[in-house]
Amino acid sequence: MRWSKRHPVSIGSIDGKRILAVVAAALAMFPIAAVAQAPVSRYTVVLDAAHGGEDTGGHSITPGGTWMEKDTALALSVRLRSLLAARGMNVVTTRETDVNVDPVKRDELADHANAQACITLHASLSGTGVHLFTSSLAPAPPARILPWRTAQASFINRSLNLAGVLNSALQHGGLNVMLGRTSLPVIDSMTCPAVAIELSPDSATGKPGHTGVDSLNDADYQARVAEAIAAAIVEWRAQPAGAGQP
Amino acid sequence: MIRRYQTVLFILLLAASVIMTVLLWRQLDRAHQHMLDGQSSTPTEAPQVAPAEPATLMAASDADGALQPRVLSLPLPSLAANPGARARAILGRLLDLYAASDSAHPVPGGAASVLEVFLLPAPQSAPGAAPAKGTPAQNGGELAVVNLSGSFAANHPSGIETETLTVLSICATLHANFPRITSVRFLVDGKQVDTLAGHADLTRTYLTSQAVPAEAVTP
Repeated sequence: MRWSKRHPVSIGSIDGKRILAVVAAALAMFPIAAVAQAPVSRYTVVLDAAHGGEDTGGHSITPGGTWMEKDTALALSVRLRSLLAARGMNVVTTRETDVNVDPVKRDELADHANAQACITLHASLSGTGVHLFTSSLAPAPPARILPWRTAQASFINRSLNLAGVLNSALQHGGLNVMLGRTSLPVIDSMTCPAVAIELSPDSATGKPGHTGVDSLNDADYQARVAEAIAAAIVEWRAQPAGAGQP
Repeated sequence: MIRRYQTVLFILLLAASVIMTVLLWRQLDRAHQHMLDGQSSTPTEAPQVAPAEPATLMAASDADGALQPRVLSLPLPSLAANPGARARAILGRLLDLYAASDSAHPVPGGAASVLEVFLLPAPQSAPGAAPAKGTPAQNGGELAVVNLSGSFAANHPSGIETETLTVLSICATLHANFPRITSVRFLVDGKQVDTLAGHADLTRTYLTSQAVPAEAVTP
């Protein structure tokens, strides 16, 4: 009561009725503004460039130059982000620069994005072509509360479907593809269709003296792979499973 | 002219020399005999060479990302007496294959990279409990704990495919030679580590049934 006496509704020359009228007008406009400012529900894709900062991932130091997995993963992520954004998708990346992001933070970003596809990007000098990996967890029914370390179990079937679409698109792009299952902590905790893509040296370069490091650093090779992945995600968006239906 | 006492003295000295020579010779014989008596006369037992036995190695190939069985004849410790040493010998041969210059899955290190293999009864889960990551649910089987050397992990090529193939080939090789092994855990220098070389998860328990490709187990 004491407070209300000290601070009456009337302030200066503006009386209470005027303030109420302004507030009412603002409230009347608020729903319209909210609709206008709400983000349009867009197709969301998470791109996770593995490693970063002091975590170089795989690396090779040769007289011809130095190669680090973190750099190839980031370069591929940047290319892919541009291609997907150009196709009208909302792209969430776990890192844009050479920084080390905690694996838990990566998963939190992916899980909060409510994405329809999560792609973890790696690179390796072992093997050839593109390696597609899904989680080796056994499929589990959907649940409201998921264990952190096995959250991906509820999305395994959709992840396998996504890997199949990626496989088709990459092969259509003339790339050598290998499919597999693995236990990778980052994708095991993702609550979205998730695939780990590992870029390995191109088996079809055929250039004399072209080493694995040269192949992984080859901008043309990275561009081919990025184009094929982008085409696959466009294809995935058109499918019921890719659109978010179980 | 030689005097008489000199002749007698010479004969006495000569006789003493002969007597001392005979005594010395006898003492030498006695000492030699005494030394021989102190040694064991039991013949030395010849070292036993373990008979060669067939062992199946599930060898990985980076080219196609597959495991292929290779049956080799290896001298192995007895299964009943020391199954852990037998498992270590088999895995050592597998890693020797990978360390060879013409390996389809090149990984440096070789047999010395397997420090120990412990075989334990597999933990039993509650009836009806779903098998979950890190909690093997097989009953009656064995859990193999493979202790790898730190240098092996440090020098292992980095990559999802190559690390996964190494882990799966170890699991599949153990299962092929020890069917009772149903799950495998990994240590590096006796400690649990997050990954082998930045990718393959080493904190979980691997089920051997998931590591063996269906077409490869058929003899």
